[in-house]
Amino acid sequence: MSNIQAPTRNEAFAKRLKKRYAAERMFKLAGLGAIAFSVAVLIFLLSSMALNGLGGFQRAELSVPIDLSEYGISANADQFATPSTVQALEAQGLPDIVQISAVTALGEDGASELSSQAWRDLAAQIIANPELARGPQTFNLPASADLAAGLNNEGSPEMQSLADQLANQGVLSENFDFGFLQRSDATDPQLAGIWGALKGSILTMVVTLVLAFPIGVLAALYLEEYAPKNRWTDIIEVSINNLAAVPSIIFGLLGLAVFLWIFPNFRSAPLIGGMTLALMTMPVIVISGRNAIKAVPPSIRDGALAVGASPIQVVFHHVLPLALPGILTGTIIGMARALGETAPLLMIGMRAFVATPPDGFTAPATVLPVQIFLWSDEIDRGFVERTSAAIIVLLLFLLLMNGLAIYLRNKFEKTW
Amino acid sequence: MSPITLFLIALGLGLAGWLAARAKAWSFQQESGAKRLAARPNYHAWYVALWIVIPTLAFALIWTLTAPQLVIQSVLASEAASTLPEFGFQRESILSEARAVASGSAGAVFNPAAQEFVEPFREAISRYRLIGIAIAVVIAFGCGLASFLRLKPDFTARTRVERTVMVILLLASLVAILTTFGIFASLVFETFRFFGMVNPIDFLFGTFWGPDPMSNPDNPDSSRYGAIPLFWGTIYIGAIIAMIVAIPLGLMSAIYLTQYAHPKVRAWVKPTLEILAGVPTVVYGYFAALTVAPAIRDMAYSIGFTSASSESALAAGLVMGVMIIPFVSSMADDSIAAVPSAMRDGSLAMGATTSETIRKVLVPAALPGIVAGVMLAISRAIGETMIVVMAAGAAANLTGNPLEAMTTVTFQIVAMLTGEGSFDHPATLSAFALGFVLFMVTLGLNFVALRVVKRFREAYE
Repeated sequence: MSNIQAPTRNEAFAKRLKKRYAAERMFKLAGLGAIAFSVAVLIFLLSSMALNGLGGFQRAELSVPIDLSEYGISANADQFATPSTVQALEAQGLPDIVQISAVTALGEDGASELSSQAWRDLAAQIIANPELARGPQTFNLPASADLAAGLNNEGSPEMQSLADQLANQGVLSENFDFGFLQRSDATDPQLAGIWGALKGSILTMVVTLVLAFPIGVLAALYLEEYAPKNRWTDIIEVSINNLAAVPSIIFGLLGLAVFLWIFPNFRSAPLIGGMTLALMTMPVIVISGRNAIKAVPPSIRDGALAVGASPIQVVFHHVLPLALPGILTGTIIGMARALGETAPLLMIGMRAFVATPPDGFTAPATVLPVQIFLWSDEIDRGFVERTSAAIIVLLLFLLLMNGLAIYLRNKFEKTW
Repeated sequence: MSPITLFLIALGLGLAGWLAARAKAWSFQQESGAKRLAARPNYHAWYVALWIVIPTLAFALIWTLTAPQLVIQSVLASEAASTLPEFGFQRESILSEARAVASGSAGAVFNPAAQEFVEPFREAISRYRLIGIAIAVVIAFGCGLASFLRLKPDFTARTRVERTVMVILLLASLVAILTTFGIFASLVFETFRFFGMVNPIDFLFGTFWGPDPMSNPDNPDSSRYGAIPLFWGTIYIGAIIAMIVAIPLGLMSAIYLTQYAHPKVRAWVKPTLEILAGVPTVVYGYFAALTVAPAIRDMAYSIGFTSASSESALAAGLVMGVMIIPFVSSMADDSIAAVPSAMRDGSLAMGATTSETIRKVLVPAALPGIVAGVMLAISRAIGETMIVVMAAGAAANLTGNPLEAMTTVTFQIVAMLTGEGSFDHPATLSAFALGFVLFMVTLGLNFVALRVVKRFREAYE
C-alpha cells in the first residue's frame, strides 16, 4: 500500500496541476476583464455625455436693465396674443432698443457682447408676461457666443478676461436655460433649442407606430396561426428575417427612390420619415409578435375551438389578448430603435435647417438624432455642449421607452 | 387637410353603418322570435361597416394622390397661365409658392408673379376638395346601402366578415415581400442607370474614387468611380478592426456570464451590456469623433506618428467594435447554451478544469453557431453608417495604416446623396450602386449565417 503514491504527491503532476489551476484563474480573470471593460466603456460614455451635457442646459446670460415703456413699446395684452407679435415688436424697433440698452449698461462694446438675436429672447419674455414692458426691468439676455466661450475658459484670452471681469461685476452668469427645451434650431448656439427636433421626432414616431404596429401584428398573426406551410410562406418568412438584418441606410435609399418619387412635394416631411422607419420597424414587430403568439399554449386554442369558436374568433378573442403584452414589449423596443435612427432620415432629406417646429405631418422637419448629427458638425464651440445636452434628452426618452417595456414584461408576463 | 377629412368621413359613415346594421339585425331577432339568426348581430354590423370603410378609404388614397395633379391642371387652364414662363425652374417655383399661400402654409408671396395664381389655386383646391368629399360620401352610401339591403335573418355575415379579415391578414404579411421587392427593384433600377454611364469593370475594380458631382453628367470619367478603396475601408473598419475588439470581448463576456457568474450577477450584468446595443449610433459617432479620435491622434503623436489625422479608421473601428460586443455576446451565449449539458458534464467528470472544458469542449462544439454570430455581426458592422460618417473621414485611402482617415461604402452613400448634385448625375447614382453592393453582401452573409445556425441547432436536437 505504501508503495503506491497518491497522484497528487507526484511532483510533476503537482506542478502540472498548479499550472492548470493558474490557467483556470487567468481564464476567469480574462472573462471578468472583458465584462469590466465593456461596462467601463458604457459608464465612461454615459458620464462624459452627462458632464458635457449639463453645461448644455445652461447658458451664459448678461443682465441688462431695459425700460421698455420709455421707448413706447406698448404693453397691450390683446396685441401680444396675435401670432405676428414678434414681427410687430421688431417693427417697433426692439432690436435697436436692446442694443442701446446694452451700450448704456455695459459700455461701448455692450451691443456686441450680447447675442445678435438677443431681442428675440426678450420678445419671447415680453410675450409670456406683458407686465414686463410696463416699467424698468432687468432682463437676462443671452451673451454672444464668443463671450459664452470665454466664460467656459475657452476661446480668445481677451474674451476670457472680459468674461471674468463681467462675471465678477455680477452682470454675466450661467443660468439654467429652460428655453433649450422650447426653442428650435438656430445658427447661434446661445439661441439653439431642441423643441423643433423633438416635435419632428414625435410626429415621425406617430406615423411609424400607426403603420408598423397594425401591419406587424396582423402579419405575425397570419404567419403564426393561419399560414399554410408552402413556398409562399417560406418566401414571406425569409424576407422578414432578411429585412430585420438589412442595414438601415438601405431603407433610406428605398424611401428616397420610392416614397419621394411618389410624393415629391413631401421632402423632409415626418410622413415620409415615418413611412421609411415603419418598413424598418415592421420586421422587428413581426418577429417579437410571433414569439409572443407562440408562447400562448395550444390548450387555450383547443378549448376555444371545442366550444365552437371559429378560427378567427379563437385568435382575436383569446390568443391576441394573451399575447398582447409580449407584442407591446417588442413594439416599444422596435420604436426605441427607430427613435435613435439617423441614417435613413438623412437620405430622405430630414437634415435641412428647420428653425420653426413642424406644424404637421407634411411640414419640413428634422428629428432629434439628425439634430445631434447636424450640431456635431458645427464649428462653433458652443454647440459641443448643446449636442451633449440633446444626446441626454434622446437617451432619457430611450430609457423611458425601454423602462416601460421592461415594466410591461414584468407586470404581464405569464409563465404557462 | 383633405386626406384627413376623407379618412374621418370613411370612419364616421362606417360607424353609422355599423350601428344601423346592428339595430336591423336585432330587430330580425325580435321579429323572428324562436328562429335563430345565422350570425350574431355584431357580425352583420361589421359586414356593413367593412363595406363602407374599405371602398371609401381606397378612394381616399387614390384621390389624395391624384387631386394635386387635377388642381395644377385646372390652374394651368385658367387665363393667368398664359403669362407663365414656358417651363423650367421658375415656373415650378411660382406655382409651388402660389400653392403654399393658397393652402395656408405660407403667409404671403415673395414673388409678385405668384400673386395672381393664388386665387385660382385657392378656388381649384376648394373645388376639388368638395368634389372629393362628395364622391367619398356617394361611394360610402352606395356600398353601405347595397350591403345593408343584403342583411337577412339567414344571412351568413360571420363567414363573410371572417373571409375579409383573412384577406387583410394575408395582405399585411405580403408587405414584407413588397418591401424586399421594392428595395431590390429600386436599387437594381438605379444601378443599371449608373452602369449605363460608368463601366461596371471600372467601378468594381478601379482603385481611385473621386466622383465630381459638378462635372458634365453626359460624359462621366469612368476612372474616377473605382470603388475598391471604399470596399477596403469598409472591410478594414467593419470586418477587421471592429471584430478584433468585438470577438474576444463579446465571446469572453458570454463565457463568463454563462459559465462562471453567479445568477444574480448575470441578472444585472446582461441587461447592462444590452444597454450598449441600445445606445443610438449617432451617440457612438459623436463619442468617436469628440473623445476617441483626438485621444488616438494624441497618442499617435506621442509615439512619433506625426502624420496621424484627427479622423482615423482606428477610432471608428474601435467604437464600432464596442457597439457590436453585446451582439456577439448574445449570439455566443445562445450557441453555448445549445451545447448539450452531457458534453460539459462528461468533460468535468473526467477531471478537466472549467476553463479546459470551455476551451476544448464547449467552444469547439458551439463553433458553427459562434461563427454564424460573427458573420451577422460583420454584416451589421459594414452596414453601420453614423459612426463612420462622423469619425472615419471622407478621404478614399487605399492603405493599411489604421491611423489614417478612411472612407466606407456607407459614408459615400450619405455623401453622394446629401450633396448638391442632381439626381441624374452618375455621382448621385453611384450611391445606389454602392447600396446595391452593400445590400447583396449583407444579404449573403445573413443567408449563410442563418443556414449555419439552423443546421447547427438540428445537429444537437
